[in-house]
Amino acid sequence: MKAGVVIFPGTNRERDILIALTLVTGCRPRVIWYKETDLSGLDLVVLPGGFSYGDYLRCGAIAARTPVMDAVRQHAARGGYVLGVCNGFQILTEAGLLPGALLRNRGLRFLARDCYLRVERSDTAFTCRFEQGAVFRAPMAHGDGNYYADVETLDRLEGEGLVAFRYATPDGQVVPQANFNGSARAIAGIYSPNLRTLGLMPHPEDLVDPLLGQDGKPLFDSLVQALAA
Amino acid sequence: MKAVVTVMPRDDVLDPQGKAVAQALHSLGFADVGDVRVGKTIVLELATTSAAEARSEAEAMARKLLANPVIEQFEVEIKDA
Repeated sequence: MKAGVVIFPGTNRERDILIALTLVTGCRPRVIWYKETDLSGLDLVVLPGGFSYGDYLRCGAIAARTPVMDAVRQHAARGGYVLGVCNGFQILTEAGLLPGALLRNRGLRFLARDCYLRVERSDTAFTCRFEQGAVFRAPMAHGDGNYYADVETLDRLEGEGLVAFRYATPDGQVVPQANFNGSARAIAGIYSPNLRTLGLMPHPEDLVDPLLGQDGKPLFDSLVQALAA
Repeated sequence: MKAVVTVMPRDDVLDPQGKAVAQALHSLGFADVGDVRVGKTIVLELATTSAAEARSEAEAMARKLLANPVIEQFEVEIKDA
């Protein structure tokens, strides 16, 4: 699997993604500056978390309109895989690669804490190493993670099986108390229709080391398994 | 010309910031306040001297970057600089 990690001014979570990808692939991914426009040869492009452009205007809005994002769009259009985490998810929605938007958290506060994600389907390139219905711990660290889309879009996402993860209790119950940021239908992550672009707010890449717990590692193991060729 | 772009959360989108401001106003004794919504104003200085041109430029900028139509609506007002 050939992976690349995009860095924008203000991105600050690229190291965690690089560590996670290096751990599962055994080689260091390509680091891509936001002015680059050639992503040929890559299987997976990752947009990491952080505060691109200081979150000015709207989170991810300015990053979504940089040169590299045209290349990411082309990469996705030719069937390449894209993973956006946290600010990366916000950038994907701002770029129109995923529907909806991330609003200010329901309680207006920045949330830095663990949450639990229920895997809604385990037959995608991002989740094939999870059990069906698995629940895993993932840290969240965001001020604007409250997923919003209009009712038709939410119905379509659910109807077409494009909800990737929901906020849940450790035993997998999707209840309001586990949905800390108030996301519509407790959605923590969604797929594109071809299941090759995934955006999610929490950080599976933070939990890949045995010392801290490897709760998030199956996501990266899944990618290696699915994109091994 | 000057273009003033006002970007507001769409009416059907919950505005938690506006809700918090409403609550604060109530607790300060402003009982008359109902719904509050918080948006932003972006002031653009444009080289053109035509009001019509300024409007169409500002609207294009709002559509392309300044507002996100999924969650926001915008209005453009043109002023003589």
